[in-house]
Amino acid sequence: MKEYTLNKVPISSTVILKSLKNEGSIRRRLLDIGFIPGTKIECVLTSPFKDPTLYRIRGTLIAIRSDDAKNIIVEDLYEV
Amino acid sequence: MKYNVALIGNPNVGKSTVFNALTGMHQHTGNWPGKTVSLASGMFKYNNNTYEMYDLPGTYSLIAHSEEERVARDAIMYDKHDVTIVVCDATCLERNLNLVLQILEITKDVIVCVNLLDEAKKKHIEIDLELLSKKLGVPVVGCTARSKQGLDQLLEKIEKVATKQIKETPTKVRYNRIIEEGIKEIVEALKPLNNTKIENRFIAIKLIDDDEIIRKDLYKYLKISNKKKLERLVSKTRVKLLDSDIKLDELKDEIVKKIVLKAEEIASSTTTYKDSNYQKRTTKIDRFLTNKLTGIPVMLLLLIVVFYITIIGANYPSDLLFSMFNSFEGPLISFFNFLHFPTFLTDALVLGAYKTLGWVVSVMLPPMAIFFPMFTILEDSGYLPRIAFNLDRCFKKCNACGKQALTMCMGFGCNAVGVSGCRIIDSKRERLIAILTNNFVPCNGRFPAIISIITMFFVGFSTGASLLKVFFLTAVILLGIFTTLFVSNILSRTLLKGEPSSFTLELPPYRKPQYLKVIIRSIMDRTLRVLLRAIVVALPTGLVIYLFANVNIEGTSILLHLSNFLDPFATIIGLDGVILLAFILGFPANEIVVPIIIMSYLSTGVMTDFTSLVDLKQLLVDNGWTTLTAICTILFSLMHWPCSTTCLTIKKETGSLKWTLLSILIPTICGITLCFITATIFRLFII
Repeated sequence: MKEYTLNKVPISSTVILKSLKNEGSIRRRLLDIGFIPGTKIECVLTSPFKDPTLYRIRGTLIAIRSDDAKNIIVEDLYEV
Repeated sequence: MKYNVALIGNPNVGKSTVFNALTGMHQHTGNWPGKTVSLASGMFKYNNNTYEMYDLPGTYSLIAHSEEERVARDAIMYDKHDVTIVVCDATCLERNLNLVLQILEITKDVIVCVNLLDEAKKKHIEIDLELLSKKLGVPVVGCTARSKQGLDQLLEKIEKVATKQIKETPTKVRYNRIIEEGIKEIVEALKPLNNTKIENRFIAIKLIDDDEIIRKDLYKYLKISNKKKLERLVSKTRVKLLDSDIKLDELKDEIVKKIVLKAEEIASSTTTYKDSNYQKRTTKIDRFLTNKLTGIPVMLLLLIVVFYITIIGANYPSDLLFSMFNSFEGPLISFFNFLHFPTFLTDALVLGAYKTLGWVVSVMLPPMAIFFPMFTILEDSGYLPRIAFNLDRCFKKCNACGKQALTMCMGFGCNAVGVSGCRIIDSKRERLIAILTNNFVPCNGRFPAIISIITMFFVGFSTGASLLKVFFLTAVILLGIFTTLFVSNILSRTLLKGEPSSFTLELPPYRKPQYLKVIIRSIMDRTLRVLLRAIVVALPTGLVIYLFANVNIEGTSILLHLSNFLDPFATIIGLDGVILLAFILGFPANEIVVPIIIMSYLSTGVMTDFTSLVDLKQLLVDNGWTTLTAICTILFSLMHWPCSTTCLTIKKETGSLKWTLLSILIPTICGITLCFITATIFRLFII
């Protein structure tokens, strides 16, 4: 099973969320949006200056900075 | 009977459309949190009952990490509403249900209004409303508010819930055994103590969760004198949790997670997607509007196009209005003469008040009537959050928050709104930066003046004004944006030191704006309101200035005394005494700066007939205006103290005199410095 962080996910590919290492208020915010283990996340595109990146999760579009995406652990969709 | 109704929902779900459709009050509340600055309210009648409806700020969640969410949650918790309507977007139900479930935890008598059914249909999304109602345990009404479909059912349900004809059994999120046992005990203890609409279960969860703010508020609000018993029960549960596998910090996760999972379950069982590609369109547009290559150029191009249309389009109607006002001047004087008014009074009224009114309307109305509808269309389409997405990196480099781009956009409308809008920024430090720099975006009170000065001095009046001149206006706005970034950067390295905090930005789906309605609404609400404010302030000011200019002390008019006093300093920074005086007198409202300038010149100079902007330019040139004066006036308009309303809002939002004073000082110093540098360079090298 290949594990990596969300900021490494290439555009247009979909991954499964494994765990969150974020702490404090951003952790709660992410959980609230639906960043829960087992959730599908699609990397949609990056902004003109390469950061933040836009992800589709549970039907909504969320932009996250790479500093925060670094702490989100994901794994490949098809190996689950 | 009279009932109170609260309206809440995610941003951009058509909450305002529902509000306007029910109350008939055309209160403009944009589609991004912060627009509803104070809680807007409106009344409507239905079957002999009166309802007062409160429009709460749009929010995605009530976990209350931003000021915006806190305001919404406090309103849900502590304001006594008879009915709470949650407006949802049918095209992304799951995300919206998260808020619904959070509200169901807190309060009773909820109605869920699933809006935008027409768009859902277009995207081939079907929602089983009946099943949804069953699953949630509260009434669900489907509607398309913009074409007024489903509003009758909504009204009917509002009446039934308000008059207690419907017994609701709202669904509750279930937690693990230990938490549930704890909740049960605490709820029992709360029953005799709590006579509010806040659910006992919610209070119990928050106490176990150890939410510090809510705990303090709750005790204060519920007036619980003996909280020892409660506290004992709470700590008992917490100890039990410690003994089990769940760690306390996991508990917080657990509570948030359970709601999301429940929303997922309900949404998936009630929604059918007949076309799995329904999101393709949004992605396609985003690929274009926020792309690496095209994102920034498209954004600039949009800005330029909007300005181009505004400048070119405003020219002709402006002249038309000028001649219209002018043609009434003669008859008006004859009329007053006919009434045997003393000449002095006639002059004061016609050449003072009336003439100023004419200037204000002719100069300000056309650009506003063109600019605001276009801006509102951009706003309604969902593009503004994309600007924040595009520019976040720049703000991050300045240790600020990308959402500041959004509050900047709000500033275009009104800086006071922009300042309150800063509540969407979670981090206090970044919020302060956004508040202190908001004034670098010209609001609608300053915009028309900047446009008309550019038209007069840089566009020329010949046909086919060159694009280059439009770039000038774009450059002015870009200068404002760069200054915002520059000052934000300095602030985050000095007074407001800190690292950029984490943030998430939600991009709502694109919506096709309702063009006609937008145009009517923005002309009625924004344009006319701003104009009215300008007139209300300009009329008496026109009179006062006329008196100032004609009452002499020691052979010189008061106005001349004042402007002469300011003149030496004003000249150094490329202005003149009259202009600086106008900015000072314009503190109550920026709209009247140009009228004051005109008034002052008119009353001291020679009277001629003015029939167009060409004549206005002549008047300015006659009073010593050069290209340098025009540039410096524009720069100073872009950067000087905020208007009185904005200052009061800053005081309210920051709660501190220190930050309010700084918000006055920072732009003023920037303006003076920039004008001084410009004037010096100009004088040394160009003239």
